Amino acid sequence: MEPFTKIKSIATPLDKVNVDTDQIVPKQFLKLIQKTGFGQYLFYDWRYENGAPRKDFVLNDTAYENSRILLARDNFGCGSSREHAVWALDDYGFKAIISTSFADIFYNNCFKNGILPIRVSDETLQKLFSTKSEIEIDLEDQSIIVDGVTISFTIEPHWKKILLEGLDDIAVTLLHEDAIVRYEKSHKI
Amino acid sequence: MSKTLFEKIWDSHIVVQEDGRSLLYVDRHLVHEVTSPQAFEGLRLNGRQVRRTDLTFATMDHNVPTSDRSLPILDQTSSMQIKTLEKNCKEFGITLFDINSPNQGIVHVIGSELGITLPGTTIVCGDSHTSTHGAFGALAFGIGTSDVEHVLATQCIMMEKPKTFEIKIQGKRKNPHAVTAKDIILSIIRKIGTAGGTGTVIEYRGEAISDLTMEQRMTICNMSIEAGARAGLIAPDEKTFQYLKGRKYSPENYDECVDDWRENLKTDSGAKFDKSFTLGAENIAPQVSWGTNPAMTTDVTGNVPFPDEYGKGNPEEQKGAQKALQYMALTPGMAITDIAIDRVFIGSCTNSRLEDLMEAAKVVKGKKVSAKVRAMVVPGSQLVKKNAEQLGLDKIFKDAGFEWRESGCSMCLGMNPDILSAGERCASTSNRNFEGRQGTGGRTHLVSPVMAAAAAIHGHFVDVRELDLN
Repeated sequence: MEPFTKIKSIATPLDKVNVDTDQIVPKQFLKLIQKTGFGQYLFYDWRYENGAPRKDFVLNDTAYENSRILLARDNFGCGSSREHAVWALDDYGFKAIISTSFADIFYNNCFKNGILPIRVSDETLQKLFSTKSEIEIDLEDQSIIVDGVTISFTIEPHWKKILLEGLDDIAVTLLHEDAIVRYEKSHKI
Repeated sequence: MSKTLFEKIWDSHIVVQEDGRSLLYVDRHLVHEVTSPQAFEGLRLNGRQVRRTDLTFATMDHNVPTSDRSLPILDQTSSMQIKTLEKNCKEFGITLFDINSPNQGIVHVIGSELGITLPGTTIVCGDSHTSTHGAFGALAFGIGTSDVEHVLATQCIMMEKPKTFEIKIQGKRKNPHAVTAKDIILSIIRKIGTAGGTGTVIEYRGEAISDLTMEQRMTICNMSIEAGARAGLIAPDEKTFQYLKGRKYSPENYDECVDDWRENLKTDSGAKFDKSFTLGAENIAPQVSWGTNPAMTTDVTGNVPFPDEYGKGNPEEQKGAQKALQYMALTPGMAITDIAIDRVFIGSCTNSRLEDLMEAAKVVKGKKVSAKVRAMVVPGSQLVKKNAEQLGLDKIFKDAGFEWRESGCSMCLGMNPDILSAGERCASTSNRNFEGRQGTGGRTHLVSPVMAAAAAIHGHFVDVRELDLN
């Protein structure tokens, strides 16, 4: 996995609460057996109408073309556990998502793919939604810098390490091989 | 120290603890065709094996057709995904209940049916409705594909410990045939919201929960994820032990296991939950969802809400309700019973078990599906289908004009040919009314099996408490 350190970009504002993973990647695209190429399906039913881009959807606004940060509202990523949602966000180019809250499975899936989900207060999110400036995210410092103001955020130390070092978490777990074997010997299943 | 049921299961599965997280041992891993291909590919790329093939079970359910199984699958991408699962199970040595197996079915239906689901175990699956298995007092989580690969390789999962959430349903339902487990769980989600359980494991308690049968308890735990929870649990009791006895994979020393489960698998008196919510069962009415998430639900006797009265004054929620009503093409203030429907779907991991079909059949028997409605029943598994046919339920449904299909997830998420057309309105016993869930532009109303059956007959929603269901 690519390590995550800093990014700087304008942010794409997705102004909707309770965005579920069925919207992030609709089911008709879940039949593929690889992880790549899902960006074209991101928010497909909101982004296209009869195959043509919908002018009223934010991803079709050229102002946000090179954005690498998604601004979302409460309970982002709820519903289905489909990791395809994260593969689509990643493939499209988003490397960080900022919201007031995320659904649990989606939140985990982000880290597993090198995407940083950041939880902020209502007030901070409102501020980010109202700016047109670039936003800088520094994971090492746990800070968001926007319009000359620095806002700090919290992150679980385990996930911070995985992202900063781009670790393969299966390899990390396999360092505990002895403990797993001990558990298996002492527990009947 | 007093512990909750969740804490007991959690603590007994810790392999290692570090950084405030725990490496938990996984007792059962269920695999299906949609969320596993990339996980197996990951194993191959890294030269890894499946650590415990004896604890891993696979089936194909999400995109299998529910029509004639002897015909080839026309959708080439679906066919490829199904073949990929067959190939992966063969290569890695995993038990697979394939499309022709008498044990094929929705993964969350066959788990308990086969006795793979057991009290006190940890169960994971690359599917958010894994919470279903909590009905047996198992700690069961939905996980993403990266974690599927992680569990295949290590038989463990690294997690932060969730908080505990007690949901107590007190008293008795007034009419248990008309007011079902589905109505209880929709009422809960309507009250606590789709993020009400985020970061928690729910334990459902109280008289109205103990009164439920095992299949009804599965309906409750199934939709825990719709309240945002990691998992939902119900302490096992005599009904649980009876249900699992003699199943294909139930342990040989079953009686000994039961003694242990009876003794240990309960929340100690005095144990504290991080949060609690209580609801009385007496006043629960049959529920119908009107919007585009499961919390957007009301009583069948109610009306479609005005957006500015929704969401407890939260403007973002009100905006969401406005958009939902636009999508659903509903007018604020209209009676729920005036909503006319085009389709009926009885199925899904929420409501496709034998009891669900038996209850729905009571409504349907001797009646005809409205001429304006296309209705289908999709049994949750081949075993459910067989048992229902032995009871003659297939005949009751078919005589009324329902389609009687093969088992699978079907129109719950429309990955197979069973989908709604744009603008079609469906009374569905599934779990999600998200935009486009059952087909792009389709409109879903979540209801119980009896409510769906009655809607099929009448062409619109009716209050099933007014029918004779006893």
